[in-house]
Amino acid sequence: MSEILDPENREKRKGRGFSRRGFMQGIGVTGAVAPALLPEQAQAQTPPGVMGPGAVAITLNINGKPMKATVEPRETLLDTLRNQLDITGAKRVCDRGTCGACSVLVNGKVSYACSILAIDAQGKQITTIEGFAMSGGKPHAVVQAFVNNDAQQCGYCTPGFVVASKAFLDHTPNPTYEQVKDGLGGNLCRCGTYVGVRKAVLEAAKMMKGGSNA
Amino acid sequence: MPNYSWPPMASRKVIGQRLSRTDGIEKASGRAKYNSDLNKPGMLHAVLLTSPFAHAKVKSIDTSAAEKHAGVAAVRVIAPAGTEIQWAGWEIAVVAASTELAARDAVQKIKIEYDIMPHVVVENDLKKVRTRAKPAGEQLEGDPDQAMKEADVTLEASYGIPTLTHCCLEPHGQVIGWGADGKVEFNPSTQSVTSIRGDLARLLSIPTTDIHVHQDHVGGGFGSKFQPDRWGVEAAQLSKAAGGKPVKLFLDRPTELMIAGCRPSGFLNVKLGAKKDGTLTVWQSESWASGGIGGGGSPPIPYVFTKVPNRRQNHTAVSLNTAPIRAWRAPNHQQASYLTCAPLEDLAAKLKMDPLDMFIKNANLTQREDTYVRQLKKAAELSDWKKLWHPRGDAGKGPIKRGLGIGVNTWGGAGHDSTARTTIHPDGTVEVELGSQDLGTGTRTIIAQVAAETLGLRVPDIRVKLGDTNYPPSGTSGGSTTVGGVTSSTRKATVNALDKLLAEVAGGLGAPADQLEAVDGKIQVKGNATKSLTWKAACQKLGVKTVSETGSNVPREAAKEGLNTGGVGGVQIADVSVDVETGVVKMNKLVAVQDIGLVVNPKTAESQVFGACIMSICGALMEERIMDELTGRMLNADMEFYKLAGIKDIGEIVVHFEIDELNDKRGVIGLGEPPAIGGIAAISNAVANAIGTRVPTVPMSPMNVLDALSGRKS
Ligand code: FES
Ligand code: FES
Repeated sequence: MSEILDPENREKRKGRGFSRRGFMQGIGVTGAVAPALLPEQAQAQTPPGVMGPGAVAITLNINGKPMKATVEPRETLLDTLRNQLDITGAKRVCDRGTCGACSVLVNGKVSYACSILAIDAQGKQITTIEGFAMSGGKPHAVVQAFVNNDAQQCGYCTPGFVVASKAFLDHTPNPTYEQVKDGLGGNLCRCGTYVGVRKAVLEAAKMMKGGSNA
Repeated sequence: MPNYSWPPMASRKVIGQRLSRTDGIEKASGRAKYNSDLNKPGMLHAVLLTSPFAHAKVKSIDTSAAEKHAGVAAVRVIAPAGTEIQWAGWEIAVVAASTELAARDAVQKIKIEYDIMPHVVVENDLKKVRTRAKPAGEQLEGDPDQAMKEADVTLEASYGIPTLTHCCLEPHGQVIGWGADGKVEFNPSTQSVTSIRGDLARLLSIPTTDIHVHQDHVGGGFGSKFQPDRWGVEAAQLSKAAGGKPVKLFLDRPTELMIAGCRPSGFLNVKLGAKKDGTLTVWQSESWASGGIGGGGSPPIPYVFTKVPNRRQNHTAVSLNTAPIRAWRAPNHQQASYLTCAPLEDLAAKLKMDPLDMFIKNANLTQREDTYVRQLKKAAELSDWKKLWHPRGDAGKGPIKRGLGIGVNTWGGAGHDSTARTTIHPDGTVEVELGSQDLGTGTRTIIAQVAAETLGLRVPDIRVKLGDTNYPPSGTSGGSTTVGGVTSSTRKATVNALDKLLAEVAGGLGAPADQLEAVDGKIQVKGNATKSLTWKAACQKLGVKTVSETGSNVPREAAKEGLNTGGVGGVQIADVSVDVETGVVKMNKLVAVQDIGLVVNPKTAESQVFGACIMSICGALMEERIMDELTGRMLNADMEFYKLAGIKDIGEIVVHFEIDELNDKRGVIGLGEPPAIGGIAAISNAVANAIGTRVPTVPMSPMNVLDALSGRKS
């Protein structure tokens, strides 16, 4: 049983300041929702700088634009993107950091949006697939390479793969075939598109060097 | 009657081309909207409460606190007091609220008391499940007892293959609105846009025409997404209760894995007999399987080698307190292929015979001897069999052992009922509409290819519109029947539309309509490019009219028309390395040789085979639904412990299609399922070849491999 759902622990926690990470762990481990503290309890223990537990107004920097949302502190960045901001390229598949379908870039680093709280994403540069996939009507080299190599079937995992591939190539512009296999290990596909993905990432690397990167 | 048959292979311009899928950019750029991506104005989020117990009676249920929870718009009890729950994950109640978090919180406030009842969730030991077992009766052919006595060599062994889940990455669910006008707007994630409408209408007791279904893309199905399901019906009722606001209800991952689709298990005790030269003479088997509460799951064994002269088969269906099975990419065939090919290779090992020779020797026991012999030889060549295969267990020194193994497949795949409508507009625009869906197989793309070929145009000139019940009805995407169905209906609708257009322009070109043809963006007098109109100019002759014609694939007639047929075979050969110290199996290579009819797009066709092979690798090495005997729950209802292969786990995959004039003449044949069948058998056989002993229980996880190596029974 998770720390959050265990009644004994819940009692113990009354004494200490509640942590957002703790909430998140609870959500992550159980897949269910942590019971919220009563507002008066929370207020009594809220140290300065801690938000919540009720909904709070935040601003996120997404794809270079400030965007406002009202979120509960336990809400994931993924759910804020999808449910509130209608930015749906990142998909919710496992909802606990296993599949990579929700990949976004946070300060340029590929991250699982299901495993970040929206409030923790404040002040960071968040790039979703919508932020780079197309520019001036032209697809990004990674997107084009995915299409050329048919690295997609149902396509539900594909945006996550494209984001992870872009981040991988940003860090590893000259990958070997073996490096591609390691670098994209954080994403899962049920349709089985890995053969196409391997080829696509290698082709995208070439295209990007060739300057055809949109 | 117009001639609908496919143009000859040599003269095709668009069909047979390796074209990129037309919705590729949309999907890869994240702009494609799946129904799970929808955000509609005023939309409510719904969350299901499911049973934690595998077998129980609901004693009482109190939703009052949930109803009062802030943001809650509607609560429904699905399993009222008195309901007997038959599996963990059974739907108990459902809440719709203004936010997903509010709905989740409210669901936690529902109080339920259960009377817990005894359950059975594990079936690997037939003796333990006797009261749950339903024997199917004996099948008998020849004289197996006598044949067993006469056999030069016999083999007695047991095998097991577990229940898998579909694990579609887009979970099951829908956005649905039931307006005050009685009209239902239904946006499900489905493999069957057309039929799901009628199914929901029946469940809601309203006319079919009051329901409109729309879906642009679907994130996987694999046989699990045909029905509206209980969550579809409940979401509709929630919407009605909430004054018609759209309700979004998609399953969370644990629920998805527990109740939204699984494949039956398969277990086998078998005795085989053969002559010294490897000729199979007798098959005697006792098999059992569970497809959840309803029993079910009957693998057709012996598989492919169906003409073994002396046979006795007994099958038992076991009912478990688990959610019912759904069709899983080639239902029952993967199990059958494994449960047949594994004992065959074990028998070959006992005979000290190369299994390749043995499979070839017994190919006359199959329905397509020539095909399998040809394919076995081809797969052997592509896998370097002659060089790499060695007698079982003779894999040299050192902890890493390499081995090769064979699996076979067969499937139908003839096109389903489908109607298409092709519309030609005066400005030259061409639309093709079908109430079909693109599961990711490239359906949209191949429809465009067929229409473009027929009209002498290019793929970008065709607008394909799918996924809507306003379009003509088309079959469910199951059984590998879609491509056959939609290509034929598209071909016929487009030929019909073209004929109408030709009749309109015939006067202007000074030739009868039947002397005209559409080629290279022109309408011209047959074989005379100087007497022609551009496509646009020809369409302008329509004035203010449009030409709009339908065409239907009628399964009974398709073969006569040369448009599509069914029936294929295929062979898989796996090449693996096993670390006998850790039990880890590494894929080196999986070769798939596949019989195939007319190939509309080799690129997307190949992708399907890659995907099928990868699914086999997942199934052979890692996937397994693990049930807890004590609590009756699924222990690995998440994607951390319900394991799928990643990009590093698959090795090299080699696909070989038999694309030739002869196969082409059979018309289109569905491809999605057959290459997903033989892989598990091939990998299991390769592991046995490598380590010198059979890992009888799939998956060949490190634990099961080490158990087999140490002679432990897992
Ligand atoms: S949904 Fe975030 S990693 Fe799977
Ligand atoms: S393309 Fe369907 S899950 Fe990857």
